[in-house]
Amino acid sequence: MIRLQNIEKVYRTDTVETLAINGINLDIAKGEFLSIMGPSGCGKSTLLNIIGLLDEPSKGQIKIDDTDIRKFSDQQLAKFRNQKLGFIFQSYHLINDLQVLDNVELPLLYRNASAKERKALASEALEKVGLSNRLKHFPTQLSGGQRQRVAIARAIVGNPQIILADEPTGNLDSAMGNEIMEILLNLNKTEGTTIVMVTHDESMAHKTHRLVRLFDGSQVQ
Amino acid sequence: MAVLKRRKFFTFISLFGISFTLTILMVSTALIDKMLSPDYPDHKRSRSLYVERMEIKNSKEGWMNSSNLSMYFFNHYVSTLKNVQKMGISSNSKSSNAYVNNKKLVIGYKYTNADYWNVLEYKFLEGKAFSQKEIDDAEMIAVISKETKESYFGDEKSVVGKYISADNINYRVIGVVENVSKTVRNFSGDMYLPYSIAKDNRNNTDLMGTYTAVLLAKNEADVPKMEMEFNQMLKKVPIPKDFDKIYCNADPFFTAITRRIGGSSTNAAVAKVISLAGGFVLLFLLLPTINLVNINITRIMERSSEIGVRKAFGASSKTLVYQFIVENMILTFLGGFIGVVFSLLIIYLINQSNFISNMRLSMNLTVFCYSLLACVFFGLISGVYPAWRMSKLNVVKALKA
Repeated sequence: MIRLQNIEKVYRTDTVETLAINGINLDIAKGEFLSIMGPSGCGKSTLLNIIGLLDEPSKGQIKIDDTDIRKFSDQQLAKFRNQKLGFIFQSYHLINDLQVLDNVELPLLYRNASAKERKALASEALEKVGLSNRLKHFPTQLSGGQRQRVAIARAIVGNPQIILADEPTGNLDSAMGNEIMEILLNLNKTEGTTIVMVTHDESMAHKTHRLVRLFDGSQVQ
Repeated sequence: MAVLKRRKFFTFISLFGISFTLTILMVSTALIDKMLSPDYPDHKRSRSLYVERMEIKNSKEGWMNSSNLSMYFFNHYVSTLKNVQKMGISSNSKSSNAYVNNKKLVIGYKYTNADYWNVLEYKFLEGKAFSQKEIDDAEMIAVISKETKESYFGDEKSVVGKYISADNINYRVIGVVENVSKTVRNFSGDMYLPYSIAKDNRNNTDLMGTYTAVLLAKNEADVPKMEMEFNQMLKKVPIPKDFDKIYCNADPFFTAITRRIGGSSTNAAVAKVISLAGGFVLLFLLLPTINLVNINITRIMERSSEIGVRKAFGASSKTLVYQFIVENMILTFLGGFIGVVFSLLIIYLINQSNFISNMRLSMNLTVFCYSLLACVFFGLISGVYPAWRMSKLNVVKALKA
């Protein structure tokens, strides 16, 4: 489903050139739950951003469902992300001025769905993560675990084929972290959603189908 | 609305800036509209030319005389023009003192000819204007304004036939007219007298004096012909001794104003005055717009994370730019609405205070349209650059912000 060929990412400033990703080749099958691990600064999040089309590689090729992404315009990339991808961030990145339901509806705003449809789909997604009694709350009124569940609902509301999760349990205690992990495992099992997760947590990583380790921008396992 | 409720202080500053600027703009536009639009009693501007000044020069020695015109010039030269249907002549306003109940009343008076009342459309509340016969007979009669009637005669219902005394001279009142705003400066007066009773020498053949005139053509199409005929006539006017050039213009209303403000006898300066006025308005609008741009950029940077999330979930740069501009336009129109409310209040207060005597400002369609245009200008200009900056934000960097 996802094919990365010889991916390189170089960050350049006036004085320094940093090779964040160095010649990574990776195939991710449909329905696979993949973990990416490595020490801080090894390029995990950079790789995830590249897979999620949030960042452009300096070299190499990305294909998602045999579609070569390189030549896509900004508009095409945005549409592709909207329809095929969902994101879960370590810091949740919910919009505090919007209620929970409005936060979850966000991806649907860019699909020209009607207000009625958006509401229905968002409510359904929140029910899947067990938060249907918090529709009118604001993010600041929720616990960390609840916020991450809202973020998951937002990520799945549009039925994406791929979910990219960057340390989804990083800001949570172990109990809440396990809850979140259970939701993700369940999604992968029941909906067949492909999930790529960056994590520091070895125990979480071993629950997934495959583990890829990075070190200094290169794949070591 | 959620965006506006966020960072209430920024929203307040933005709304205050927009509404304050637009209030000043709207009140100024109302004032300029009042001064430039046809106003009582000068309703025939489209058929009129205005003759206000003459200049005679000695180009070798560098001397110059400039002044209003004499009754002799108008009666002897201008009255011969075929395209002039009627000519309304009036003097500068002079000041006289009257005493009512031991209180001093200052009465501004003007001398006019008979046709003045046919060219200008004064509304007579009582009586009538003076006729040519009454002028020829040099009768000591006066037409007074409603304000003068009330100040001098108090509650009396009818004052036609009564006498008004100014500078110890008695005039018999033959008519009372509705007040004229001081913004219509050439036609505003407390008392109007026949020019034949003026103390200046009626046999004087000087070209210069204290009078101005409105030349009325039969129709709008005749106005350019009238102007041309006037200019032809001027070439035949004998230039006074010791001078070698004579300048005098019969201008349409707006040209007369621009010539007065920024022009000269040889240059009406219409383009110059419009450019200067336009430049001033642009500068006036530019300063708050730049401030608004700065505030908007700050707001955008604060919303970097939100922008990153929206982009991650499928918002294209174009969509976000559109969203931001729409948000900004809503803010601007809200500020505009507040500005309209403030403007109405200030206009009401100006009218109540009689700040400029008898001037009544209003918020008409013209003023409202200019204000709307200013809102659109504000909204677009102050939103476009920040929106463009925002669209260039890298998603990953935005999410880290």
